[in-house]
Amino acid sequence: MAQRVLVVDDEPNIVTSLRFLMEREGFLVEVASTGPAALAALEREAADLVLLDVMMPELDGFEVCRQIRTRPEWQTTKVVMLTAKGRDVERERGIALGADCYVTKPFSTRELVERVKGMLQTG
Amino acid sequence: MLDAWSLLLVSSLYLAVLFAVAHYGDRRADQGRSIINNPYIYALSLAVYCTGWTFYGSVGRAAAGGVAFLPIYLGPTLMAALWWFVLRKMLRITKAYGVTSIADFIGARYGKSGLLAGLVTVIAVVGTVPYLSLQLKAISASIAVILAYPELPQPGAVPGASFWGDLALYVTLLMAAFSILFGTRHIDATEHHQGLVAAIAFESVIKLVAFLAVGLFVTFGLYDGFGDIFSRAIAAGHGHLLTFSGTGTGYADWFAVVFLSGLAILFLPRQFQVAVLENINERHLNKAIWLLPLYLLLINLFVLPVALGGLLRFPGVGVDADTLVLTLPMAEGQRALTVLIYLGGLSAATAMVIVETVALSTMFCNDLLMPALLRVPWLRLNERADLSGLLLAIRRGAILAMLLLAYAYFKVVGASYSLATTGLVSFCAAAQFAPPILFGIYWKGATRSGALLGLLAGFGIWIYTLLLPALARSGWLAAEFIEAGPFGIAFLQPQALFGLAGLDPITHCLLWSMLANLALLIGWSLIARQSSYEQLQASLFVDVDRLAGGPHLWRGTARVADLRALLARYIGPDRAEQAFARHARARGLTLPADAEADPDLITLAERLLAGAIGAASGRVMIATVVKGASFGPDEVMAILDEASQRIEYSRQLEQQRAALEAAGEELRRANQRLTELDHMKDDFLSTVSHELRTPLTSIRSFSEILLDNPDLALAERSQFLGIVVKESERLTRLINDILDMSRIESGRMEWYLTECDPVMVIEDALAATSSLFHEKAITIERHMPAEGPTITADRDRLMQVVVNLLSNAAKFVERGQGRVRVVLTVQPDRLTVGVEDNGPGIPADQAEAVFEKFHQVGGNTTTKKPSGSGLGLTICRRIVEHFGGRIWAEPAAPHGAAFRFTLPLAATGAPAAEPPPVAEQPASRAS
Repeated sequence: MAQRVLVVDDEPNIVTSLRFLMEREGFLVEVASTGPAALAALEREAADLVLLDVMMPELDGFEVCRQIRTRPEWQTTKVVMLTAKGRDVERERGIALGADCYVTKPFSTRELVERVKGMLQTG
Repeated sequence: MLDAWSLLLVSSLYLAVLFAVAHYGDRRADQGRSIINNPYIYALSLAVYCTGWTFYGSVGRAAAGGVAFLPIYLGPTLMAALWWFVLRKMLRITKAYGVTSIADFIGARYGKSGLLAGLVTVIAVVGTVPYLSLQLKAISASIAVILAYPELPQPGAVPGASFWGDLALYVTLLMAAFSILFGTRHIDATEHHQGLVAAIAFESVIKLVAFLAVGLFVTFGLYDGFGDIFSRAIAAGHGHLLTFSGTGTGYADWFAVVFLSGLAILFLPRQFQVAVLENINERHLNKAIWLLPLYLLLINLFVLPVALGGLLRFPGVGVDADTLVLTLPMAEGQRALTVLIYLGGLSAATAMVIVETVALSTMFCNDLLMPALLRVPWLRLNERADLSGLLLAIRRGAILAMLLLAYAYFKVVGASYSLATTGLVSFCAAAQFAPPILFGIYWKGATRSGALLGLLAGFGIWIYTLLLPALARSGWLAAEFIEAGPFGIAFLQPQALFGLAGLDPITHCLLWSMLANLALLIGWSLIARQSSYEQLQASLFVDVDRLAGGPHLWRGTARVADLRALLARYIGPDRAEQAFARHARARGLTLPADAEADPDLITLAERLLAGAIGAASGRVMIATVVKGASFGPDEVMAILDEASQRIEYSRQLEQQRAALEAAGEELRRANQRLTELDHMKDDFLSTVSHELRTPLTSIRSFSEILLDNPDLALAERSQFLGIVVKESERLTRLINDILDMSRIESGRMEWYLTECDPVMVIEDALAATSSLFHEKAITIERHMPAEGPTITADRDRLMQVVVNLLSNAAKFVERGQGRVRVVLTVQPDRLTVGVEDNGPGIPADQAEAVFEKFHQVGGNTTTKKPSGSGLGLTICRRIVEHFGGRIWAEPAAPHGAAFRFTLPLAATGAPAAEPPPVAEQPASRAS
């Protein structure tokens, strides 16, 4: 059974590219453009991995990550944080909140794909 | 009613109570818990102004002249308004320089002139004698009236002449004994007489209570209230007493008495004593300024009713009006009230006598006798070991002598004037002190010789126009002296001097004496030169707030032992020792006998000496033990210069300190601002980097996807390439905006000013954005004149603003439903451009925030929307403001957002034009 990836970003073009990359690897891709929508999508069906943008209206990526980590049933879900803000403090904050990986935009598509695949195989 | 023995008993008891009060006051002062250190006691002590003359004489004067008794109290009331700066300055001077009397004050101001102080003392003594005699008369008369009961005293008639004379002598001696006991406890006149002041305040209460009691008794006991008395008096033909014209005095006299009593409240020796010398804290003035007028009001409340009541009660009998206060209750057999009133009169008179004689005896001793005695070599006073006993003896002798003099005056002149007039004679003498003091504390140029001449002239005129005529009336001088002038020279008639007839004698004297006094003081000061020491003292007085405690006036050296020995001779060894010990303690010094005295100690010694023997003599005495202390004119000026330089220097230091502080504050603010700017720059860079990374992410991702997937379907490929192009454009816009922003903010933006028509600018902007409108099928409405006024602006920047507003509008309206109105209105001074859409609109609380950098509607600055740099509106605002206009957002009707901006037109700008009728045009027609 194909593994599920949830793509969360408010930039439609970035969502388009991520969906393309993930689907090409054979994952089932779900998308959300806001934090609450992402949590709602997870409620409907848990994902194996979340590609989570940090800067979003209403609920930012850090907060979504924190809420994911409070739910026991989502403990196995991998969280990859994507951000256009590359400061070290933010990377550390993301890791501290329970993110598995922190990727700075713009990113290399190959590297991102390799990482996602690696995390899902070992997980 | 009361026999002589009962009266004696009552009087003795009262005086014993008074003595107890004084003793208590002194004891508390010794314990350091002063009872007079409050404004109420201070104000009550000032009420020593109300003497036996007020107590008995006001009613007498009211019975003859109606409201004419009033100006004597209006003067002080008006003067009180000036206290807060005149009296306050006198207080500061007195405290700063250890002044001991009014004579000392004037002498010290004019170069510590012993001659001037002596003259002031003579004037004060001579001028006060009639006033003292007045009190003796008041007390004696009140006793005589009580003893003569049930007979009533007739005007002018003296009951039992021989007994009367004796009675006054007893009263005189008793008063003298009492004053001596009260007033000469210590030799240092700069010390406050706390017990004395307490007793005076107590007496002020007694006389007020007594007078209110008789007032209430007459008004509500004998009659039926004020209205009753007044209406009956009018019915009995006394109505003229209630009007100004019925007073028998003209405006000139009225004014003269107001003026005179206004000066008296400050310059009578006893008023100077209680108001200035006995003041403990200058803050007490604040309350006294209204408390004293209140006291005067209360004590005068019943004067008219009692006077009218007396006139009604004894019609045609002709009772001496000066005793009405006493005779009214006596006639009704009111024994207790009579005693109370007697005590009231007694307290009014004793208070005045005690304070006056204490003040005068200090002056007499310090400023007249001691300076003279010290100059007599064969007395060898300089060699006497302890002079303090002698000083006390002189003061006590002076008190006795003064009262005996008053008794003599009473015997000689006593009957020739009423109580009130005799008081005004003394007021006139005291008024002579006003010019040298008032000019002395405000005008540095007033000179010793000017003050001396002015005082001499004023006093001379007083003697000639008031004292001599009084003696003449009593038969001691030929009566034609008054009528025809000396040697028959009418021109020199003492009460119509130089032909000035028709004035009241008091007004007449005041006019001429003040004129001469002022003219000589001012005139002579303008032409005479001041000695350098005078200049020094003048500066110390006029600039007391700046200079007090400043310059050390003793530069020479003196041995502590010499100073101590000198001081011990005049104020006694114990008090000298105490004073030195206090000085040493305060400065943490030990003062061995052979040590050199510091300048402060010398100044202190001079102050103490001045307290005992007057400023002029104190100075001379100190000079005998201080070596190298003689003041040449240059040296005095140097001291003064040094003082003023020091003041100037510290003023400059103060200015520099203030400037430094201001600069420091400015730096601190600048630093804070820089820190804020730094944070803003950080935030800005972080936001910019985020804004740049977002399109870059899409561009890189799709480029790599296209690169890694050569087998993509054509449709997908062109979709991805389209995204790359769009995001590249976005990136370019963003970079342009950032550059614009940075150029505007740093002032490096280049503006190309041309004359342009705003209508054309808007049309061009519409053309540039037509594809956006076309794509979403948006309807454009133009509300513009065919041709606008010519403005001078940067055409491209203006177009940038309109394009920005139009693109925003296009972005927010619904596809297919969109409607955008462009409005241009022209007013005389400005034109307004509006871009209105029918999109979702902007919440009112966001209307200003949208102009902030990277702000997007519906979230905070970290929120993203697909397109727009977040800088467009900020740039628009900068551009519009650069041209002197303003830009704002508001709701549009019926819904949507309206952005409007104004541009100012030159004053001679185009006439106002109404927008033409609505012209709807589909977007596609915009070229």
